[in-house]
Amino acid sequence: MTNQAVAPVAPDAPVAPAAAVDWRRVVRIGLLGGVVALYVCLVGMVEVFQPRALVTGIITLGQTTMVLVGVGAAYLTIRGQSMDRAGAAAAGALAGAVAGIFPAVLVVIMEVVNLRAMFLHASPGTSAVLTLGLGAAGAWVPIVALTVVGAATGLLLTARADIQRPATAALVALLLAGLFAGLLRPPLLASSVTAGIGRLLFASDGLTIAGAVIAFIAVVGGRIAMRRVSLRSRVAALSPERQRAARPFGLIALILLVVWLPHGVGPFFAQVVAVVVLYILMGFGLNITLGLAGLLDLGFVAFFAVGAYTVGLLTSTAEYGIALWPFWAAVPFAVLLAMAFGAFFGLPILGIRGDYLAIATLGFGEIIRILAGSNLLLPLLGGPRGIINIPKPIEVPPDHLLAGPIQIYYLGLVFALVVAFVAIRLRDSRLGRAWLAIREDEDVAEALGVNLVQTKLLAYMLGAAFAGLGGAVFAGLLGSIFASSFPLFVSINVAALIIVGGMGSIPGVVVGAIFLIGVPELFREFSEYRYLFYGLALIAMMLFRPEGLLPSRIVQRELHVPEPDANGDANLDAIDQDARLSPGATG
Amino acid sequence: MRSSTVDQITEFAIAAFLWALRIVVVLVVVVGSFLTLSSGRYAWETWSSLIVSGLTNGSVYALIALGYTMVYGILRMINFAHGEIFMGGAFAGYFVGTMFASIGLLSQGPLVVLFAVAVMIVVAAAFSTLLALLVERIAYRPLRNAPRLVPLISAIGASYFLQYTFRGVFGAGIYVYPDVAVLGQRVPIDFLRLRWVDVLVVVAAVVMMTGLYLFVMRTRMGTAIRAVSEDKSTAELMGIDVNRAIVTTFAVGAAMAGAAGVLYALLFDQVFFFTGFVPGIKAFTAAVLGGIGNVPGAMLGGLFLGQVESVGPTLFLDGLNVPAPNQLKDVIAFTLLVLVLVFRPSGILGERVTGQRA
Repeated sequence: MTNQAVAPVAPDAPVAPAAAVDWRRVVRIGLLGGVVALYVCLVGMVEVFQPRALVTGIITLGQTTMVLVGVGAAYLTIRGQSMDRAGAAAAGALAGAVAGIFPAVLVVIMEVVNLRAMFLHASPGTSAVLTLGLGAAGAWVPIVALTVVGAATGLLLTARADIQRPATAALVALLLAGLFAGLLRPPLLASSVTAGIGRLLFASDGLTIAGAVIAFIAVVGGRIAMRRVSLRSRVAALSPERQRAARPFGLIALILLVVWLPHGVGPFFAQVVAVVVLYILMGFGLNITLGLAGLLDLGFVAFFAVGAYTVGLLTSTAEYGIALWPFWAAVPFAVLLAMAFGAFFGLPILGIRGDYLAIATLGFGEIIRILAGSNLLLPLLGGPRGIINIPKPIEVPPDHLLAGPIQIYYLGLVFALVVAFVAIRLRDSRLGRAWLAIREDEDVAEALGVNLVQTKLLAYMLGAAFAGLGGAVFAGLLGSIFASSFPLFVSINVAALIIVGGMGSIPGVVVGAIFLIGVPELFREFSEYRYLFYGLALIAMMLFRPEGLLPSRIVQRELHVPEPDANGDANLDAIDQDARLSPGATG
Repeated sequence: MRSSTVDQITEFAIAAFLWALRIVVVLVVVVGSFLTLSSGRYAWETWSSLIVSGLTNGSVYALIALGYTMVYGILRMINFAHGEIFMGGAFAGYFVGTMFASIGLLSQGPLVVLFAVAVMIVVAAAFSTLLALLVERIAYRPLRNAPRLVPLISAIGASYFLQYTFRGVFGAGIYVYPDVAVLGQRVPIDFLRLRWVDVLVVVAAVVMMTGLYLFVMRTRMGTAIRAVSEDKSTAELMGIDVNRAIVTTFAVGAAMAGAAGVLYALLFDQVFFFTGFVPGIKAFTAAVLGGIGNVPGAMLGGLFLGQVESVGPTLFLDGLNVPAPNQLKDVIAFTLLVLVLVFRPSGILGERVTGQRA
């Protein structure tokens, strides 16, 4: 969404005469946009997002998805091309118009044929969004709307920098504020001081018009003001000693933010951040297995389940509980048992190479899940009836500062910090070097005297131990566990957040967890499409940024040295000569 | 030398562990089978129906496994999205089948029904091929030179993307396959509990697999595919269009999977967005079992896995007094996968050098 990368072409600047617009390319991108628009309609996003408003009474989220398709098509058309303002507007408009034809045709077809027998979302609801409720008579609406959107995008992209930047920022901010409306409103209304502000800014389903105007003006004003007092440039202007002296203040601010987070916005938000922290904790664990040692473990959930069941069995006060221990006494056992399971599963399979290992571990995850739900272990684990009444780590009255998910958040945070510390120290140790060596090339590592099985086993067991810790926290968070609490998705989620964040990178795990776990949890409208976005994110990351969002220095160096040459060949093959095809084969 | 002692101890521990594993598995199989058979709790009727269902499931697994094994042979890549290609075929067959049912084609005589089912299979195969080519073009082709985990992760992404696209477009509900009365009838053989649909599945699978085998072994394109999976750069030097060989491999594998989708759905009467996942992993197991990269191996592996999974729970576990052994059929399948990977990574028919991969 950030359009910052586009070099704005100022019409009054003495630039080289703009090249003629390549209209065929524009139409091609428009067609692509049309296919995307069609996909978005049929997969149901338009209809499902419709009830939520971005700005109440003005634009809904359903309409926004279509607008974004138009913006995307126009952006792709204009990006990297030298066009003057009129050319860009025309190109954007044409791309938008071509894209708009597809939903328009869809509307007409829906009127004639009942597509609903086949496509669930080829429904009157979708049609109503696309045509503003006009039916087939309104088939022109998407074409016109996307044309206008495309032209506006073209104008924005070629506007002067001091107009373009604040305008873009304000639009993005508007989008975010609209998305967060449902989240920000309840806490504002809760206090009598801020209730007025809450009612002014947010309606029950989105921003109010006043709220939108205020957000827009605030961001534009903020951007202009910030240019005078740019924090970053100020810090950069300080002397190195001053910078070092300023760092603790930044750190303290960050710590305060992290501590305040679960209290700030309300119980729902606290629950979400607790889940995010839980995933960060597990991410740090899998980061050792996957990020450092390069073992793609898709059965991570097995160890998570072992940890959770151990805590459940040892602490539960209900049926199936065997020991009535306090939570804290059970945690070390959960970690140790998970580690033992890691050794048990790891020993036979660690001789297997990379991609086979992924499938074998996937099998383990499924084996554990099926066993936990089976009649065989029913007398022990309760199967689908599960283990209930698991005590909280700290028993407090419900209105206490540490009630409910908040204490789990802090607990997870502390555990995560410990795990992160352990992970960093391990990474920089001899063992960590051996892991990295194995990840790069097993044969070379072995030739250099690394004992493959031992080293891999340690990585696998440590990952399992931290997964067990995550499971223990999970049991404390929910207070009850069932066989169905441990689906394959957990493994995939953790692996995905590491890959998206950046393999082997600690901050990458945090960013990955916030984006892949936190954001979908916050926006329940998206939950339907959560795994769709996961899939897209995984493919896109592999295609465009295989090192992840916040890569560790080492991985970044690997994937970008040597620099791409003039032909634009990504030199990934420098890493794996074996898997290399002959140059012409990629065609 | 402390470290070498540690090395020796771990080595010994691992060897002991693996032997213990072998012994436990053999014990469970032998003792379980003996106890089950000696108890005489199950009549021939039961066993025969288990064997038949193992045969039909196994045929479907074999058809899917062909796609895994060919793609792995040529690209050294696990096409994780292959199960979703299979599911796409089942969906395509569903819509054609419902159309046929609505015009009354499926309640006609055997020949008409056979024709209708053939059309369903062809359409499903075509749709699956289209889907696989799209996935290959977008998610795999740009990554052919990347380190191995990269295309695997992209394939996992493609798998999720396809699953939830189908979920979005067709909903999360279960689609009940149109009822084909003729296929549900029993074949008039006394000692076997056999339905016509079972016969259809097995015969169709055998025909398609034979066709594929002839294609790979006898045609120019098949030779090109084998050459490319042997050695890409040499094949290219010999004037083979490597890209075309790879795309053809994806297309052929997907066509088999699409056809398998219809057969599977005819067996189980239903399809939904998650249909492809478990059969996909099972078929991968079958491919590994038979020796990955090996076409006859995939067929054999599929049939073997089908039998083990169908007969296994009752035969091995029932005698050991495991309650509801059929719940554990996937556990048996996945355990088999792990055992094969550990003890014989080259598979039943794998003559390829495993040093490359293991």
